[in-house]
Amino acid sequence: MMTGLNAIEVEDLTKRFGNFTAVDHIDFKVEAGELFGFLGPNGAGKTTTVRMITGVIKPDAGKASIMGYDVERETINAKQMAGVLPETSNAYIDLSAWQNLMLMAKLYGLAKKERQNRAEDLLKRVGLYEKKDVAVKGFSKGMRQRLQICMALISEPQVLILDEPTSGLDVQSSRLIRSIIADLNAEGVTFLLTTHNMEEANQLCSRIAIINRGKIVAIDRPEVLKKRIESLHSVEVSFNRDVAQSDLSGFLGVDSVEQMGDKFRLYAREPAEVIYNLVDYARSEKVEIVSLATISPTLEDVFVKYTEVI
Amino acid sequence: MLGSQLRRSLAVAEKDIRIYYLKAPVVIFGILFPMFLFLAFLIGRSIPIEVMISCLLSMTLFFTATAVSPVILPWEGSVGTLERLISAPVSIPAILLGDVLASFIFGVVISIVPIAFGLLLGVRIYSPLVLATAILLSAFCFSYLGTLFSTPPTNVPSNIMMISNLFKFPLVFISGIFIPLEQMPPWGRLIALFSPLTYLTDLIRYSIQGISSYPILLDFAAIVLFTVMFMVLAMVIHMRNMPKRL
Repeated sequence: MMTGLNAIEVEDLTKRFGNFTAVDHIDFKVEAGELFGFLGPNGAGKTTTVRMITGVIKPDAGKASIMGYDVERETINAKQMAGVLPETSNAYIDLSAWQNLMLMAKLYGLAKKERQNRAEDLLKRVGLYEKKDVAVKGFSKGMRQRLQICMALISEPQVLILDEPTSGLDVQSSRLIRSIIADLNAEGVTFLLTTHNMEEANQLCSRIAIINRGKIVAIDRPEVLKKRIESLHSVEVSFNRDVAQSDLSGFLGVDSVEQMGDKFRLYAREPAEVIYNLVDYARSEKVEIVSLATISPTLEDVFVKYTEVI
Repeated sequence: MLGSQLRRSLAVAEKDIRIYYLKAPVVIFGILFPMFLFLAFLIGRSIPIEVMISCLLSMTLFFTATAVSPVILPWEGSVGTLERLISAPVSIPAILLGDVLASFIFGVVISIVPIAFGLLLGVRIYSPLVLATAILLSAFCFSYLGTLFSTPPTNVPSNIMMISNLFKFPLVFISGIFIPLEQMPPWGRLIALFSPLTYLTDLIRYSIQGISSYPILLDFAAIVLFTVMFMVLAMVIHMRNMPKRL
């Protein structure tokens, strides 16, 4: 992984739509070779941020750059550096997969031989080569998304900006796209990846930023973020008969208790202490513990904590 | 930089040709509508063949060259291909030029049909060079006019076609196609000056009938002026409105 140089820089980036501030003076940097996750609930400002970075919309304040090129002032150079998969985009359904790739290659200024070789390699890599001359209107959603990934990759960009690349896809297509992302990142390609899938962000991203209501509310490595919310350590327990929730919330060190079906989740800073108490409780009340597990905070917990409605 | 953007315009034009020539709004408003309008004008009237062909050619070029370019951007906005296109390293003026080239080619190629039809019926073209130059310049002018029609940031192609027809039909009636400029009232002749179609019609009459209302250099200058005006306006407004289509 290359380090040191920033592939993407965002400084004081702001976008307003009327009185609504969609993106509010945000700053972050993505190092070359990094796989940077950009998370946030719907309407938090992810797509608006991505659109400003890709030069599709102009910011009201601040600036973004890709590989040192200012997106607003050196738009074409900045765009030339990046492959983009917009969230709501489609391939041209009246064109074949091959024609779609040739179009994108020409828009990136690739020579004929180069675009043909790359298109062939990419289509083989995503398993669409046999269907290269079929109009995209006959493709499933997963096939279309695989093609769109190829369209983003056709110029062999140093930076890839993918907005929800696996959203709504079948398991096979999602896994294929995730494996392509991981492989390319290992080869040194920088990624800015927005996703709703916390497991995907957890598996792939070396660093993540969480945006909420237009502001960056957290930015760090996933494990560091999880450590920051240690209060979310919990013990999950189930018994062979009903017990009162109030009995469990009275345990020393338990911050709160949630009932989830036949299970209880007890949040505490010291899970070990809670387990001793649970065992004592089960003996004294003559109930049997059916299952018992300690649960560390997940990225989803981090996400919920930082984006919960106040 | 200019050369590379021009090549990307050609890629956009190639894509447009593959996708949009057979779209319903293009076929309906570019070919069927002017044909029926022409038949309505023709039926029951005794019109010399030269006048008939001049009229048909003017209408054909005007309707075909303004049929493709207004459809493209709203269509791309509605089907979700626009954001990918404008995320690529191609400028908005280059995208517009690509759309204009597709429209231009459509207009020029379809215009060959009434010319061939006229020649088969024995119509003589007095000035082929003037006719060819007039067709090429006007196709370019009308194609940019078409992109100007699509500047309102709606992604419903039928809305754009409605807006474009709101302008196109009055232009057909005030541009000397059905009624020669000399037979128009003074206010009609004054309004006709503001229609680019007037100057194409005049040049076609000159080429086929040997008569014209204005000096042909003035006709050419007016078409070039309208082209520049439409091009600049289309670029400025599209650059401002493009994000609203997303």
